[in-house]
Amino acid sequence: MKQNEDIRLMKGNEAMAEAAIQAGMDAYFGYPITPQSEVLEYLTREMPNRNFLALQAESEVASINMVYGAAGAGARVMTSSSSPGWSLMQEGVSYIASAQLPCLLVNVNRGGPGLGTIQPSQGDYFQATKGGGHGDYRLIVLAPNSVQEMADFVFLGFELADKYRNPVLMLSDGAIGQMMERVIFHNREINKIPKPWATTGKTPDRERSIITSLFIQPEKMEKVNLELLKKYEAIEKNEIRYEEIMTEDAEYLFVAYGLSARISHKVIQLAREKGIKAGLLRPITLWPFPAPVLNKLADKVKGMFVVELNAGQMIEDVRLAVNGKVKVEHYGRMGGIIPSPEEVEEQFEKFIKTL
Amino acid sequence: MDNKELTTPQCIVDGEDTYDLVFEKSHVMTDTRLHYCPGCGHSVAHQILAEVIQELGIQDNVVGVAPVGCSVFAYDYLHIDWQEAAHGRATAVATGIKRCLPDRYVFTYQGDGDLAAIGTGETIHCVNRGENIMIIFINNGVYGMTSGQMAPTSLEGMKTTTSPYGRDVHKMGYPIKVSELVAPLPGAFYVTRQTVHTPNAVRKTKKAIENGFKYQKLGKGTSFIEIVSNCPSNWKMTPVQSNQFIENEMLKYYPVGDIKVPSKEDLKELVK
Repeated sequence: MKQNEDIRLMKGNEAMAEAAIQAGMDAYFGYPITPQSEVLEYLTREMPNRNFLALQAESEVASINMVYGAAGAGARVMTSSSSPGWSLMQEGVSYIASAQLPCLLVNVNRGGPGLGTIQPSQGDYFQATKGGGHGDYRLIVLAPNSVQEMADFVFLGFELADKYRNPVLMLSDGAIGQMMERVIFHNREINKIPKPWATTGKTPDRERSIITSLFIQPEKMEKVNLELLKKYEAIEKNEIRYEEIMTEDAEYLFVAYGLSARISHKVIQLAREKGIKAGLLRPITLWPFPAPVLNKLADKVKGMFVVELNAGQMIEDVRLAVNGKVKVEHYGRMGGIIPSPEEVEEQFEKFIKTL
Repeated sequence: MDNKELTTPQCIVDGEDTYDLVFEKSHVMTDTRLHYCPGCGHSVAHQILAEVIQELGIQDNVVGVAPVGCSVFAYDYLHIDWQEAAHGRATAVATGIKRCLPDRYVFTYQGDGDLAAIGTGETIHCVNRGENIMIIFINNGVYGMTSGQMAPTSLEGMKTTTSPYGRDVHKMGYPIKVSELVAPLPGAFYVTRQTVHTPNAVRKTKKAIENGFKYQKLGKGTSFIEIVSNCPSNWKMTPVQSNQFIENEMLKYYPVGDIKVPSKEDLKELVK
């Protein structure tokens, strides 16, 4: 063990909470919902001895607006929830995106629609990557596939949020949030950039700070829209993240993120034992989506198999990326059911017979 | 004549400009022309708010939270840092600000639709946590910005665009008295109801707002200042008639006065 390493066995939700404290989070606002209540529990337990605020709000609607206020005041701020609660937050997220407030948001995805189930799901992919709230906006969406990444992406999330003055969403799921794994905390240096735009009181040395998402003149609104668009283009150019596994000689490509990527990783090993050359592309950023790399891979594989814990959502982005070059099919389970690698492998073999 | 010329006090003596300044617009007010209708209480409330901020010398340390409603553009008028909140969420936004900047003076400025309908939950819980902020609540019994729909505070029988035959309390609910609702909460430190329809009332309201800022130093809970105001345009009245309506109708149901005041013990530190 290196001197600056701290190795622990933790749940994903707890690792995320611990990482937030280590990342210099100033404030967390949240509301209990399964399967992520450990975050608020962990933070309220740690609060007396460490320098940050954790506050239980009266609803997710209130928590996201507290995030708005705190982010506007220049704080490093975060909230987390799960699907139904994340839905409640969408109005606030739209305002935060428009007012360009940096913050870290987390959705530990459970099965839906409606009150659904408390079991893991990836059914909120559309909501995470296509908007969720009203208006033209984007979130940077990070998809962890391990407890380690739930911790690591907190640091990354805060930094990206500050860098682009944009909300960052970590889209996890009930399995990764609840399962325990080894996690290493590196003693990282915390970078906090100055936020001269924050509402900290109008001192004579600066113009006053106004945090707003109201631009009632059409020309002003469009100007803001174009400014956001420019920012989103920069993010698409600079921040695409993904992992390639055994793609070098792959004839068939799995595309999967988060928990599905872990299952798919096992499936490609099973396939290779049978002599089938399968590889995996795991998007780490769901937005910006690694479309360029998928488009290139489409030139060398025979087909793509998208595995998701939903009815088929990311497959639309994969098809757009591939643009008809190869056949793209989907396999998914819903309702909180996690398919075994053998089950997926069987479906995959059926798929490659159609090629 | 531009705003600056209009608002510069002048006194010409023997053909020469000499300044004989007895009163001027608070420099906390910006030069932006107010969008409020003639006779509207919002303009008065804004001006006394600006005057109090100036007189207390706290302009550098104030953060305001504007609502959705007629005062949605409040941030254009007061020369301080502002955040514009989503409809009803001003007290949640203010909570986020105050918890991260506890030494700043934080206030919300909200109307009845914002605070007492869509934002009721946020209002109650903000006061219940005793957030150390001031809530300024403009109650004119109508949705002004969307042009005159029934508000939770519309009086019984009041004709609005969504209660065209008058508010039938059996079908549409009763006008809600928010000050009385929040006052019993332990987190409420100071609750008062004032108006701005007469010069005397304006002076009292100004004092209440001053208290609302000063009490934040004590950190003992929320100051809730209701201002019963008018809406000449949507009440379909002249400004004078609307002020008479406040006196004769609104104040009967929403009586003026302190509802919860801090004890002398509570204010000891402030005197020091």
